[in-house]
Amino acid sequence: MGLLKGKVILEIAGLKKCHGSKVILDGLDLEVTRGEAVVVIGPSGCGKTTLLKCINGLESHQAGKILIDGREAGSPGFGWHEARQKIGMVFQSYDLFPHMTVMENILLGPVRVQKRGREEAAAEALALLERVGLADRKDDFPRQLSGGQKQRVAIVRALSMKPELMLFDEVTASLDPEMVREVLDVMLQLARAGMTMLIVTHEMEFARVASDRVVFMDGGMIAEEGKAGDFFREPKTERARRFLKTFYFRAD
Amino acid sequence: MPNSGFEVLLSVNNLRRLAVGLGGTLEIALISVAIGLALGIFYGLLLTSKNRLVYGLCRLYLEAFRIVPVLVWLFLFFFGSAIVLGVNVEGFFVSVAVFSLWGCAEMGDLVRGTVTAIPLHQWQSAEALGLDKWQVLRFVIIPQALRKITPPAVNLVTRMVKTTPLVVFVGVTEVLRVGKQIIEFNMMKNPLASFWIYGFIFMVYFLICWPVSRFSKKLEERWAF
Repeated sequence: MGLLKGKVILEIAGLKKCHGSKVILDGLDLEVTRGEAVVVIGPSGCGKTTLLKCINGLESHQAGKILIDGREAGSPGFGWHEARQKIGMVFQSYDLFPHMTVMENILLGPVRVQKRGREEAAAEALALLERVGLADRKDDFPRQLSGGQKQRVAIVRALSMKPELMLFDEVTASLDPEMVREVLDVMLQLARAGMTMLIVTHEMEFARVASDRVVFMDGGMIAEEGKAGDFFREPKTERARRFLKTFYFRAD
Repeated sequence: MPNSGFEVLLSVNNLRRLAVGLGGTLEIALISVAIGLALGIFYGLLLTSKNRLVYGLCRLYLEAFRIVPVLVWLFLFFFGSAIVLGVNVEGFFVSVAVFSLWGCAEMGDLVRGTVTAIPLHQWQSAEALGLDKWQVLRFVIIPQALRKITPPAVNLVTRMVKTTPLVVFVGVTEVLRVGKQIIEFNMMKNPLASFWIYGFIFMVYFLICWPVSRFSKKLEERWAF
């Protein structure tokens, strides 16, 4: 993976997205290079989730370009079917398939989409489950797991497709506080292993520790970006300053 | 057991007549269940339509079959076809038509409820894995819908089976009518015949519907998630 570091995997230019007359994304530019962990923060309603959904085609965009691994979405020969296999996504509400066991959830993509052998895929799935500490739960159904465990399975399910880019959409936002840590630990481990990640989160401490770069979004655009250390120490824009302030509780 | 009425039931002739009547009722029930459930699936998908005209028409049909008693529909079709169209449609066909339409309406509403109850996120997370539309339906949506719809659909089937004796009113020879004839024939000799005959019919309906609901219970347990 080290050799490929530095190559742009995701390039977004002038991305525009509207719902009726409401502008969600307003000419957004973003580049993510291989091996980078980019955290996206911003006030709710600023278009973070929509941005992620545009990147893997769950939502369509009206103007601008999205290039995945150098190929433009919507251009001749481009198919979301192939692109999505390079992009793993984890959602806020886990969205495991409730009628399948943990193992079946993980194998659905590799076996049905990538047509890989079930045994080989299962061995790999088990190794991934081992890494997130859930190998003994492989035959359980989602309903038997806690929120944090479900979310770790959802991460494994996305990883089992061997994606080149992982999207995380507020994956700890609906978890009980004591379960947030176990999920963030898995993500930190991934980031350190060199996985390319685009992470929407409100966990500022995690952003500071795990990210190579922080992107602050406001009003459908990127208002500021920079190294995590610099950004949190002294944000350049007033908007970012005001946003960060809301995370510190003061009694006065 | 002289004059207990039980021997009326044991008469081969009577049993054969009851069986024929039962066969007629069950035939109508089975055909109607098959047609109704199959059409109901498509009708249910129509009910999820966002087109207001399509939805409005579908809704009208559903409410019509919900509000008006099945017996009234039987009469409407039976006498209506004779008066309006000038043709005499046999009671058997009228019955199949009415019960199929009723089953279709009720099944459609079950399908609509089930499909709309599956969250959009299930679609999205499956698509995000790279599954195409057909694979999402086949591996994610339909298996969940099937599990959700089985208990109420089985309930609907037993309700249809239990309601089919109404076809007696449009001249179909069915089990209740045969039973009544036997009872009336034996009224003087065996006043207790009615007890045994109706008891027998009760048992027959129980034996048809009970295994069906047991089966659905088993499925529910196996499919619990």
